[in-house]
Amino acid sequence: MLKIIFSVIARDLQLAMRRQADIVSALFFFVIVVSLFPLGIGPETDLLRKLAPGVLWVAALLATMLSLPRLFADDHRDGTLEQLALSPYPLGLIVTGKTIAHWLVSGLPLALIAPILGVQFDLAADALWVLTLTILIGTPALSGIGAIGAALTLGLRGGGVLLSLLVLPLYIPVLIFGAGAVEATVSGLGGDGHLSLLAAMTTAAIGFAPWASAAALKIALE
Amino acid sequence: MLEADNLECLRGDNRLFAGLGFTLAPGELIYLQGRNGAGKTSLLRMLIGLLPPESGDIRWQGESIGKQRDEYHAALCYLGHHNAIKEELTPLENFHHAARFAGQDMDEDAALDALAQVGLAGREDLPCRYLSQGQKRRVALARLVVDRRPLWVLDEPFVALDVAAVDWLAQIISAHLQRGGMAIMTTHQAVEIPAGAVRELRIG
Repeated sequence: MLKIIFSVIARDLQLAMRRQADIVSALFFFVIVVSLFPLGIGPETDLLRKLAPGVLWVAALLATMLSLPRLFADDHRDGTLEQLALSPYPLGLIVTGKTIAHWLVSGLPLALIAPILGVQFDLAADALWVLTLTILIGTPALSGIGAIGAALTLGLRGGGVLLSLLVLPLYIPVLIFGAGAVEATVSGLGGDGHLSLLAAMTTAAIGFAPWASAAALKIALE
Repeated sequence: MLEADNLECLRGDNRLFAGLGFTLAPGELIYLQGRNGAGKTSLLRMLIGLLPPESGDIRWQGESIGKQRDEYHAALCYLGHHNAIKEELTPLENFHHAARFAGQDMDEDAALDALAQVGLAGREDLPCRYLSQGQKRRVALARLVVDRRPLWVLDEPFVALDVAAVDWLAQIISAHLQRGGMAIMTTHQAVEIPAGAVRELRIG
């Protein structure tokens, strides 16, 4: 069971390494969007501190969206998806592998660079730490939920816009609790409750979303 | 043994075929014939379980394929219109991934040998985007050299191949039939398969 998940992750990471432009462009998008706010607003540190969690999280959502349309589209176009669906392993496990690989390539880099970007918003050390933690914990949920949208819009014309319309509303809870944890920490309330809820959402998304995506993929392959 | 019973295929409002049935026993090959759009590919996709039939039943070793998906897929090798190879990866890497996804362990020597057989010796480490259309097809076909699963479903396997490769593939399919394998394939080329019981099935 685990073997097939690791095989899929290994292949997707190998492919991502061969076309690093995709990873780098999503990461730069995140960096640029986040950096525009302090430049536009000016050196008002109180305001920036308040904006920081929301801005970073919204930028993280959008950056994750960038790579979603290609999650299954490439495999669909070259026939690999058919072969994956015909594998003797459950399709849900294969999608789990693809979701994890998507997170490693799109979510993890965001979490790693977030603390550096947070400095631009004059965030304190503990807030920076919580911010990084929320993005680390929250982005797997984004990949999981996003995979459902990517599977549902597979092969549709104008699927990219539809994908955003489908997926972004579902990202709202993750956004609220992700940004909420940082705000709660900044205001001294402590973000533990938010973090727990975020972790619960990620657990549910990684556990259940791949099976929903697999069902959608089977329809797309008919 | 693969049995199809009373299959019906609808695409939109079009009935492509109905009441179609056949049995495929070990050592047999079915040539699927029919004009363009007759539903050959649809039938193949039904047989591999990707397209549910409108009515009718498909049985593998006596049991409906829907009830034994994992076992059936472990016995099935499908080669479609698309090559299912990644342009960024080398033939060797593509070969390895395909074997792993099919649940087979692949040793390096067997993979190199299979690629050499399809005439890709020396190109194992070249990304597939530098290969020609026919060479990409050969990368996909290299899997058949080592594939020992009993049922082969091949959709237009001879497309883009040169004369020598067509002969080679015919030999590979014969060897498969002689081992007691089964195959069903579509093709518009008249290709002589030297061994095995070859039957024609015409639809549309």
